Amino acid sequence: MEQNAALLVKERQLVVPGEVLARGLEWLPSAGCYRANNEVRAKQLGLVRLKERFVGVVPLAGVYVPRPGDGIIGVVNDIQSTFWIVNINSPYDSILQLGEAVGEYVDTTKTDISVYYDIGDIVYAKVLAVSRSKSVQLTMNDYRAKKLAGGRLMHITPSKVPRMIGREGSMIELIKNKTGCQIVVGQNGVVWLKGEKEALAAKAVLTIEAEAHIEGLTDRITKLLEEGV
Amino acid sequence: MGGNKVGAPEALIVHGKRLDGRTPDQFRPMTIEIGTLKRANGSATFKFGGTHALAGVMGPRPYHPKALQDPQRTIVEVSYAMAPFSTKERSRPGRSRRSTEISKVINEALANVIVAEDYPRTGTELFLVILEADASTRCAAINAASLALADAGVPIKDLVISCSVGRADGTLLLDVAGLEDNYGDVDMAVATIAKDDKIVLLQVDGIITKQEFMTLLEMAKSGCAQIYDKAKAKLYEKYAAAPSEEVI
Repeated sequence: MEQNAALLVKERQLVVPGEVLARGLEWLPSAGCYRANNEVRAKQLGLVRLKERFVGVVPLAGVYVPRPGDGIIGVVNDIQSTFWIVNINSPYDSILQLGEAVGEYVDTTKTDISVYYDIGDIVYAKVLAVSRSKSVQLTMNDYRAKKLAGGRLMHITPSKVPRMIGREGSMIELIKNKTGCQIVVGQNGVVWLKGEKEALAAKAVLTIEAEAHIEGLTDRITKLLEEGV
Repeated sequence: MGGNKVGAPEALIVHGKRLDGRTPDQFRPMTIEIGTLKRANGSATFKFGGTHALAGVMGPRPYHPKALQDPQRTIVEVSYAMAPFSTKERSRPGRSRRSTEISKVINEALANVIVAEDYPRTGTELFLVILEADASTRCAAINAASLALADAGVPIKDLVISCSVGRADGTLLLDVAGLEDNYGDVDMAVATIAKDDKIVLLQVDGIITKQEFMTLLEMAKSGCAQIYDKAKAKLYEKYAAAPSEEVI
């Protein structure tokens, strides 16, 4: 077979489904891509990511698909005798096992585990494992994992989470400093806010969601927060 | 053939031009909009002149009843409907024989590109509504559907693009519209995956020769290629200024 291997895209280039990203067997399709004979093509709308021989696409739209290691915010949906079912803003519900949530021995015959987490509780947890059939397990065995008491939840598009956080957390720091609110952002696009000026912080979150793609976002958010003060 | 029916115009082609002033191989003005609906995961509108299709994608989301979930893939459900006010005479809302058939053929056309294995145990619903109908509604619906799926981030191998071709007064036409649909002889809807030169939907109404059929097919393919370029450009336009700097 003729081998004229070539990469046709640049790192972070915007591509649409069906677009040819590379030719030849030198390049391998990773997430968001597929191989069609001699070509690697995109199957989602997003930005190209290159790593060694792998060509991938980071999607700019779509629902949250959990991956091991993600820090997410979930809401406890249901309690069974030894685990909780947590809604993580994804097509798949997740399971938080008792052993992954509580650091002590619990006699399930005598204890109602709702004393630890009850229905409606908000948790920041880590995705422990995702099976092939997308059954998701969470863990609280992480230094960041905790129950989030009170506050309010907001939902943003999962692909806009990096903008919400900003480079090295700059955006989130900005909102925290200007409003004095506590803010936690989950990689599933759920944002938790708590504090005196919650409404102002919420406004900033909505602005980021609406204007994430327009340049000068940080300046506009700074202005918005200062006017609000 | 046009002159035999009640209410039919004298001729559908006059001096090589169609009733709306187009040449035989010209499209009606096309309008594409992506992200029309706020609540849907993805949405798009597609207009061919007086034909206006709106598509909304919900999902992938949990599929119910659970017993019917497919452990390997997402279940795609397509519902095509014409709004009661879309035609001159009020069309009865709800399902009909026609809309059931069109939903089915569109679903089968799109099944060629949707990578259903990426979202096991879920359902993806695709709602297609014709707000205004002036022939080629299924073609407009397919185009809107492709764009809405891309906007929803549902993995698709390529955009499925569709257009209609036909014959009126012995002339072969691209993008059949209005009276040509009502009084013309042949109406053919074609949907393609341009990159692979594949045809995923083909419906013909009328009697044609093999020669004409082959010519019409070529016309439809080149027509679809034109729409494909426009659709792609629209997607770039919407997402061009997407976040490019910050990383976690």
